[in-house]
Amino acid sequence: MKSLFAIYSVFAFISGAIFAAGSMDLDEYIEGMNVKTSDSKSLQRGARNFFNYCSGCHTLQYMRYNQIAEDLGISEDQLMQNLIFTDSSPQDLVMNNMLKEDGDRWFGKAPPDLTLVTRRKSPEYVYGLLNSFYPDNNSPTGVNNHVQEASSMPHVLWDLQERLSDEEYSQFLNDTVGFLVYAGEPIVEKRKSMGVWVIGFLLIFLIFSYALYKDIWREVK
Amino acid sequence: MAKQTESIFTNPLLKWIDDRFPLSSLIKDHATEYYASKNFNIWYLFGVLSMVVLIIMLITGFFLTMNYKPSADDAFNSVEYIMRSVENGWLIRYMHSTGASFFFIVIYLHMFRAMLYGSYKKPRELIWILGMLLYFCLMAEAFFGYLLPWGNMSYWAGQVIVNLFGYIPFVGDTLTEWIRGDYFISDITLNRFFAFHVIFLPLAIVGLVAAHILALHHVGSNNPDGIEIKKKLDETGKPIDGVAFHPFHTSKDLVGITIFLIIYFAAVFFAPEMGGYFLEVDNFEPADPLKTPEHIVPSWYFTPYYAILRAVPNAALGALFLVLAVVLFVFLPWLDKCEVKSIRYRGWQYKFALTLFAISFIALGYLGLQPATGIYVFLARFFTITYFAFFLLMPFYTKLEKTKTVPERVVYKKKES
Amino acid sequence: MAENLNRRKFLSIATSLTSAVGGIFAVGAFVSTFQPSKKAKALGASIKVSLSKLEPGSIIKVIYRGKPIWVLRRTDQMISELDNENSYLRDPKSELSIQPDFAKNKFRSKNPEFFVVEGVCTHLGCAPIEKFAIAPADMGPDWKGGFYCPCHGSKFDLSGRVYAGVPAPSNLRVPAHNFIDETTLLVGENS
Repeated sequence: MKSLFAIYSVFAFISGAIFAAGSMDLDEYIEGMNVKTSDSKSLQRGARNFFNYCSGCHTLQYMRYNQIAEDLGISEDQLMQNLIFTDSSPQDLVMNNMLKEDGDRWFGKAPPDLTLVTRRKSPEYVYGLLNSFYPDNNSPTGVNNHVQEASSMPHVLWDLQERLSDEEYSQFLNDTVGFLVYAGEPIVEKRKSMGVWVIGFLLIFLIFSYALYKDIWREVK
Repeated sequence: MAKQTESIFTNPLLKWIDDRFPLSSLIKDHATEYYASKNFNIWYLFGVLSMVVLIIMLITGFFLTMNYKPSADDAFNSVEYIMRSVENGWLIRYMHSTGASFFFIVIYLHMFRAMLYGSYKKPRELIWILGMLLYFCLMAEAFFGYLLPWGNMSYWAGQVIVNLFGYIPFVGDTLTEWIRGDYFISDITLNRFFAFHVIFLPLAIVGLVAAHILALHHVGSNNPDGIEIKKKLDETGKPIDGVAFHPFHTSKDLVGITIFLIIYFAAVFFAPEMGGYFLEVDNFEPADPLKTPEHIVPSWYFTPYYAILRAVPNAALGALFLVLAVVLFVFLPWLDKCEVKSIRYRGWQYKFALTLFAISFIALGYLGLQPATGIYVFLARFFTITYFAFFLLMPFYTKLEKTKTVPERVVYKKKES
Repeated sequence: MAENLNRRKFLSIATSLTSAVGGIFAVGAFVSTFQPSKKAKALGASIKVSLSKLEPGSIIKVIYRGKPIWVLRRTDQMISELDNENSYLRDPKSELSIQPDFAKNKFRSKNPEFFVVEGVCTHLGCAPIEKFAIAPADMGPDWKGGFYCPCHGSKFDLSGRVYAGVPAPSNLRVPAHNFIDETTLLVGENS
């Protein structure tokens, strides 16, 4: 009894600690956030958004075009027409033509690679960042950002944010952030479905091994 | 000439082996005729679970080494290569990172069992000492392994821990240079930590595990009642409270292992990052000597000792207290003056002290994750004191215990199926 | 008693079979990591070669999957040369050598003008040297142009076919390839 209680309290403590962790309060900037990496149509739109608006400055140095096509259900033709705007081949990594020195010179700090940004910073951070640009006359780009103070990133989506309704802009961000979550861990959906099979198999095995154990211990008084 | 045990096999090939290798006697001595108490409870599972985790770590580690590159330029990229480009590489990586954390969960529970049932007491002191050596090796293995992904937390955690050695008087600075192989944590350090992690420590651990189990089998396992079952033998010379390890404990352990694997794989497939505790967020960017993370925190399994280190106002003393906190465990067999082994029959003093110790350990673990400010400082100091008091006052409070009568036979309640 | 034994047997076998199945999947997952990674497949992908600047009588060299691939644009003289008597060849009909089906002819290519071949001597793997001149001093009066391997003296004609009596056992290997348009060659795939 005592030992069971000890184990429960340890787990309760640990899960409490896990949920308490997390530093910045992003709640006010992530209204409308509803990212679903299981929705491949959303990811396709997100990929299109990324390549149209972000890939000029930001690379995805650990992603290959053909893997994006395969995982998202895009044909090679669609890939070449809609996602590849450089002279890259489908098997190449997603790079761009901006040299680091130029990026440093133009922006103070070259636009970082975004493959792992949602794992490093959290999807909420990226959503919040794209959602919290505000006009600022003191800034060289004319805008500032609540989530990333004094960011040298221009508000690339300003036109979109004006033309689209709040709902449509949220959808746009959900798709794009969803795509970046996928880029951070392309195997995310497959590992969950594989997990169901593995746990299922182990449960079946548990039934047999438990029955065998009970049978063997029957004779012990 | 070793004594010839009768072969347990009828198969001629196995008999051929038996004439040339002690296969039958090994199987008899360590499985089919090794008797352990019939009343093992869940606390007795963690020994075999740590073997399971060790095997998982060795196999996944081997496969990772096929694709990992131990150089500062390539290490981070090679981990992403494993995650994305190598078929099922992600699974191997997650099994290894999750396994590291589960190893410590299992080992802490395994050590706690010894503290509950007095498994470190005579004649099992050497098993305990070998176990503590294994604990030191495991901590070193985890520390060396943590640098290998060459993420930013890897780099800075490595920096902090190596700098601790600088507090050793006279030799400190030279020692840290020798550990690093350079004047700062660099590619050279990474390469040698890789060698320690992949070759030296795994071999040491496997050797110590063999010695640990041999020592255990030499004296026989303890049990939740702390009774020496060899004292009561039946007419054939077998302990009446014992059952053969195989098939009784093997079949029981198989169930326990399966349940463990369900929990383990649930983590691997559904929560490999575990909220940033199994895979720290700061490690998703490459090491940057110019960019210190906001909070440099060691992995969760080291945080109790980290809290103790920070609780002491003086840095050098803090390092000393950290070492003492780990080393004091070794002396438990001699600090504990009570004759009775199992907590079931001991006085309230030990029950209280052990409960307080467990709470202190967990509290210190939590505090080690927090910034060292405000009330956290006071609490860390309070629990550091209770932590050390458990050990240092033990010779006194254990002498005062009024113990209950230890039964002659183990307490075994058969559950009707 | 017998019932107990049967139950024990059944449970033991069921448990063993289930763990064997699990074991096979587990081993399979680990062994699958051995296959070429996506990076290896990307680096080994078919390559496009532009032929627009290739003059007749010249050769382009590229690397595909670690091997040198040569593209020779034959002159009219080279093409007519290949029509002639070739009893000095070990395997003039390319029956023993490796090439795509469409290259099993005396030109060892679909289009006689362009010859695509692996620049690896079939003896021990050295890189043969181009010797396109007719009857030069170092190759003798009977030399009609082709490739010469300096390591052990193997000789090949302008279709990479091996001469009889030299160490190399077979004709130079022709890789899978096809022409996706008039001036672009794709090495690595046949269609």
